[in-house]
Amino acid sequence: MIIKNSSIVADDWTVLRLDGNDTPEGVAVAPGKVIVPLKVWQAQRDVLRSRAVLGVWLASDERAEDLQSDIASFAVIAVDFPKFADGRGYSIAYHLRTRFGYRGELRAIGDVLRDQMFYMQRVGFDTFAARTDKDTREALKGLGDFSLAYQASSDQRLPLFRRVQRGVAL
Amino acid sequence: MYRYDQFDHQITAERIAQFRDQVSRRLSGELTEDEFRILRLQNGLYMQIHAYMLRVAVPYGVVSAAQMRMLAAIARKYDRGYGHFSTRQNVQFNWVKLQDAPDILADLASVEMHANQTSGNCIRNITSDEFAGVARDEIVDPRPYAEILRQWSTFHPEFAYLPRKFKIAITGATEDRAAIAVHDIGLAAVKNAQGETGFRVLVGGGLGRTPVIGTEICDFVPWQHAISYLESIVRVYNGYGRRDNIYKARIKILVKALGIAEFKRQVEADWQFTKDGPCTITQQELDRVAAFFSAPDYEQLPDHDAALAAQQSEHRAFSSWVQRNVKAHKVPGYAAVVLSLKKTGIAPGDATHVQMDAAAELAERFSFGELRITHMQNLVLADVQRSELFALWEAARELGMATPNIGLLTDIICCPGGDFCSLANARSIPLAKAIAERFDDLDFQHDIGEIELNISGCMNACGHHHIGHIGILGVDKDGEEWYQVSIGGAQGNATSLGKVIGRSFSFAQIPEVIARLLQVYVHERFADERFIETLRRIGHEPFRNFVYATPLDAEQGLSGAEYALLEAGTAYDTPYYSPRF
Repeated sequence: MIIKNSSIVADDWTVLRLDGNDTPEGVAVAPGKVIVPLKVWQAQRDVLRSRAVLGVWLASDERAEDLQSDIASFAVIAVDFPKFADGRGYSIAYHLRTRFGYRGELRAIGDVLRDQMFYMQRVGFDTFAARTDKDTREALKGLGDFSLAYQASSDQRLPLFRRVQRGVAL
Repeated sequence: MYRYDQFDHQITAERIAQFRDQVSRRLSGELTEDEFRILRLQNGLYMQIHAYMLRVAVPYGVVSAAQMRMLAAIARKYDRGYGHFSTRQNVQFNWVKLQDAPDILADLASVEMHANQTSGNCIRNITSDEFAGVARDEIVDPRPYAEILRQWSTFHPEFAYLPRKFKIAITGATEDRAAIAVHDIGLAAVKNAQGETGFRVLVGGGLGRTPVIGTEICDFVPWQHAISYLESIVRVYNGYGRRDNIYKARIKILVKALGIAEFKRQVEADWQFTKDGPCTITQQELDRVAAFFSAPDYEQLPDHDAALAAQQSEHRAFSSWVQRNVKAHKVPGYAAVVLSLKKTGIAPGDATHVQMDAAAELAERFSFGELRITHMQNLVLADVQRSELFALWEAARELGMATPNIGLLTDIICCPGGDFCSLANARSIPLAKAIAERFDDLDFQHDIGEIELNISGCMNACGHHHIGHIGILGVDKDGEEWYQVSIGGAQGNATSLGKVIGRSFSFAQIPEVIARLLQVYVHERFADERFIETLRRIGHEPFRNFVYATPLDAEQGLSGAEYALLEAGTAYDTPYYSPRF
């Protein structure tokens, strides 16, 4: 089960992760709905391009720019959080949404936990594959931690001072 | 000062509810300590040697009398009756229970305070000049910008999990009193030839294990672009700052690795996408926030007060205090007053709940109900009528906050050190005490003149030892505490990093080492030359040579009673000696 657009839904995608013996060129991509690593997409682009649907995922040390011209090829783009304290994925998501105009599903995968999900949602993630040892229903609560924010991000393109009438000095 | 509106209150309340829930999930075991640690740090909660420590933010050092009273109340209710003012203008409570933390945050919120992002790998409390708004050399009041940036950085979704902590300081005066050169970002408000306000931006400064003086990345960022420009700096850092080694994770390492030209290119490439976008600060928003910092109702007063001159000639102690603790003010007839938290025998920067309450009362009586916390760990009443200085001095003296030592040898910057901090290699507070006792004589201190002595209990450098004229760093050698001494550091416009003079010393030797350094200075100085100026003129060598010329007695300078305390260790009922030692 995953969280998508604030609901818990079944997930029919598989995330392909390379293990020690796999190479991006040689790994076999199973049929069906698969989210492949960026390196696999880059190595097997010509074959994978013919698929009806395909997803790609970025590691935290990869960049949104690496996808730029291919961005429309994917039904899902995922960003991996190797550890929840690794914050690079937030800027990757922000770039995908704001600079590259990506409108499709943006999924957080890896060490995805309730207490980071509000910020993840703000930078542009709409789908969360919460860590499997955690209760997805509990994790869903994390999306409601705040009802407003000071600064602009992907979810809210205007900072608070441009959205509301703020209080003035008496 | 800035006052919360409904939105500030709502965001703060939602944060407390979030943290309350996180604490209860930690207590139930649903959250592991590893998962919880980062969450509590971003709410200011550290685990120290004895207990949790809560670091409360004092944004840009400005605090109202009502807020100060709440700090006193928290010290009474949740702590052991005192708090510690830190080099980042924050307040730390050392004896907090985890389950009380959400209630303390709620108490703070009731007076528009918080502990958001006072720790963790995020943008920390923004610090500033304690004389903002009143300094004669001020070009631009930095407080409105500091508040706008406080709001921007609070719960910024993209920058909560940076490679490492991120500190911003801002000044608006000719003389930098906010140590902007040793922050991740230093901002100096300036005016261009057209009279428009902007910021000179320094990046990649910092102390810690690898001290670096910040480099200018841009000489003028128009104020409207302050948010977008800073956002681009932090975004590049978030993407490329090292995460493989905690000691190489600060932005200074990235800036050094890329070189300032390449770093700037990357920042400005990112900035092109956001410049002139919605993050551009509007005139309306600047005006709104600036209105909170408009000048109080100053009276029209003569600048010269004959009675004050008479009081000074009559009371020598008062005269010394005026000379050291009273600072010039831009409005005739007013002065800014520094209340010293550096009385000999007291841990530098500590204040009891009684002193906090009393300081609040002094603020109401003498200074429009407002105080400042300084990064030198003192308090400031920024708007005192010169004709009331004598009354203020008498009241402050009663409270033990009128030691006339501001800028002098015993105005020591000192971290909590090994008595409290789990990172420390050595104790700082007892060493500061031993030094202050050795040089307690005020005539001697006034003769030595302006000197900055900074003590850190470990290389994380919370005590800013790198930029002390004399810097002392606690080091661990085979489980024993030793101290490395450096000289020649300085903060301000001529920031420099101190150089270590040689092999390290025992606790007991340090006061004598300082005495020898001062002897060289006294011997070599020209009239009116400060310690740092003599040192810059003659170099480190004469100081180093004299310190090591003859052996130092291992137990020199320590009184018998103190030594007994060190030997035995005492029950922890004073701030000085912990059961650890």
